[in-house]
Amino acid sequence: MENKLYVSSSPHFRSNNSTRRIMLDVIIALLPTSVAACVIFGFRSAVLIAVCVATCVLLEYVSRKIMKRDTTIGDLSAVVTGLLLALNLPVDINPLIAMFGCLIAIVVVKQMFGGIGMNFVNPALAARIVLLVSFPSAMMHWVTVPGQPQGAMIDATTSATPLAAKAGTYSYIDLLIGRCGGSIGEVCAIALILGGIYLVIRRVISPIIPCVYLATAALMSLAFGLDPLYQILAGGLLLGAIFMATDYTTSPVTNWGKVVYAIGCGVLTMLLRTYSNMPEGVSFSILLMNILVPHIERLTAPRTLGFVKKAKGEKK
Amino acid sequence: MAELSFPKKPYPTRGGVHAPHNKNTAHKQSVEMPVPKTVVLPMTQHIGAPCAPIVKVGDTVDVGQCIAKSDAFVSAPIHASVSGTVKKIDKITMPGGNRVDAIFIESDGEQRVSPDVKPPEVNNLSDLISAVRESGLVGLGGAGFPTAVKLSIPPDKNVDTMIVNVAECEPYITSDHREALENGWDIISGIMTVKEFLDIHRVIIGIENNKPDAIKALREIADSSVDIGDEIRVLPLKATYPHGAEKILIKACTGREVPMGGLPSDAGCLVMNVASIAFISRYLKTGMPLVSRRLTVDGSAIKDPTNVIVPIGTPIKEVIEFVGGYQEEPKKILMGGPMMGVALPNDELYIMKQNNAILAFGEKEARLAEPSACIRCGKCVSACPMRLLPLELCNASDRRDEDALNRLNAMNCMECGCCSFTCPAKRHLVQTIREGKAFLIQKKREQDAQNKGGKK
Repeated sequence: MENKLYVSSSPHFRSNNSTRRIMLDVIIALLPTSVAACVIFGFRSAVLIAVCVATCVLLEYVSRKIMKRDTTIGDLSAVVTGLLLALNLPVDINPLIAMFGCLIAIVVVKQMFGGIGMNFVNPALAARIVLLVSFPSAMMHWVTVPGQPQGAMIDATTSATPLAAKAGTYSYIDLLIGRCGGSIGEVCAIALILGGIYLVIRRVISPIIPCVYLATAALMSLAFGLDPLYQILAGGLLLGAIFMATDYTTSPVTNWGKVVYAIGCGVLTMLLRTYSNMPEGVSFSILLMNILVPHIERLTAPRTLGFVKKAKGEKK
Repeated sequence: MAELSFPKKPYPTRGGVHAPHNKNTAHKQSVEMPVPKTVVLPMTQHIGAPCAPIVKVGDTVDVGQCIAKSDAFVSAPIHASVSGTVKKIDKITMPGGNRVDAIFIESDGEQRVSPDVKPPEVNNLSDLISAVRESGLVGLGGAGFPTAVKLSIPPDKNVDTMIVNVAECEPYITSDHREALENGWDIISGIMTVKEFLDIHRVIIGIENNKPDAIKALREIADSSVDIGDEIRVLPLKATYPHGAEKILIKACTGREVPMGGLPSDAGCLVMNVASIAFISRYLKTGMPLVSRRLTVDGSAIKDPTNVIVPIGTPIKEVIEFVGGYQEEPKKILMGGPMMGVALPNDELYIMKQNNAILAFGEKEARLAEPSACIRCGKCVSACPMRLLPLELCNASDRRDEDALNRLNAMNCMECGCCSFTCPAKRHLVQTIREGKAFLIQKKREQDAQNKGGKK
């Protein structure tokens, strides 16, 4: 036979999954939220999203080039990071601050640790926290939108997020459709839930993390005498539980690990919301649990088929 | 012990993948291939000690004549599959790269049957075991473990269940499926013989539910009056890969787990491939040893995919020509299925006993995927039927980290390939874990050698 054959180790077939397809699914799942952001906060959200996505992709390209590594912008993960970061920012933030956030996310947190799959915390979340600590007033400057109960004047009025607002300011309906202050991606609960359902149906994420996270938060709210449904719908909890805590790289791969991790996220979120000075605790909780993931995985390794526990004293 | 019952539905198993079935040849009658001009019979067509030739160059041999054997317990003799003359005994390169002796026989086309071929007399278990050994039978499902060794169950093991493996979970392959459809009565009579001598009273025929015609055919026989005590039943299984893997099949059929490092007999089970069991019944009737077998020839590069019955030792090239040849330039040729089969360096090799398929693929299917970074999606973890952590094992293998490999139970990996199949980053997971396993085996050998040296 003249022609050369491929000789490789089995398996010889691969499924048609790909990293790019998964990232594309995440982008699709974030579309309702992005559209909602543009509808609720206007054209400026679209600009903010475009700036963040473009900056992240550019920085990913440039940093890989400088480090003399293969270009990875084709896997779309930088697009997801940019999109998530944008959805975590207030609409009137200075674009330069947003771009600084992209730098933190892509260059510092992601590429300096080895690129996709190697970062130990969620890049978008880490960037958001750096911005929150560095530019607290800009990051907590929530503008009101027309038609909102508090400030029906113009869209430059500041308002409190639902978590900081007095009880009774917002109804469940307000929270579901996003008639409240907050980051551009966190306000519209319906859009986030739609995206979450899409990800679960496409088997991109397992429902364990979001469900356990939300259930834990609801139980803690009951324990603290808060309204569980309000706590779930308000603030960044849904965005965090569905899109941030489920980040592959920074969440456990084992099923029990996912449960432990999600419970940890839920407990920390509610403790921070109740006792800390800040109204919100989702980002910090997820970030803390990210760091614990290797330990959680080690403790929740599955029992392999046929594993027999060695009797005490028995040596192999 | 509690009365053995038959499960109404399979016990739950974890993991597995939905590999495309591509069972293109399931509905086609098997075709018998004419005798080739030359057959080549390598001395290792089984797991265990290689055989040594007992014929010389120039000898005339008949069909069914024993031409090579070994005194080792784990081995299986080799028989001439054609009548003719021994042309040469020379080394050939096996698919794994090792060089072994092989007997080249030039056929005279007469297919004279050897006078040694007569039905064996079998009155008890040891007769059965020695008859099976003489027949040269190895597990026809692909692994090639000598069946006589499998039937020699140590007395301290209480085997109460026989599982007949018709799962055939590998894509493309339909040779067991066709066996079930074409030779149903051989299968049942083989089961009856083995279960009687081994005193087994529960026989479960495990078959994936993507073969409804075979399930129906086997049920008709298993539920007929031959099965007096109603001790044989067909259990349709989920059609997900790898349900035909021994440990997974045992779990699905009985709910039992084979302990790590153990054998099916440690879980009270004997697992037999369907073609092997049918062969036993034919051998007891005719005395003709294992000289031919049914195999699936398929793949995108094959013109007319078919199941063929070929003399063992037939050149692969001739088998492919017999089914119409290639329809496009082959870029990958496999011995076995796409999930666990061995890729061949060329088509100049020969059909062996345990060979259940020859698959040839064109450029599109053969091209290797380029791996990218692990994104820790965990798909390999949910796909692993052995409930291991393939991504961690892969890292530990790359680091040659003995402690981590042991902690992660690397040796429990059966190399089914589900992790690599499902990986979105196209990482070579099982391929790397194989290296890790080889590393552990080497370490253990070194340690054993050291211990021995220390004792002196």
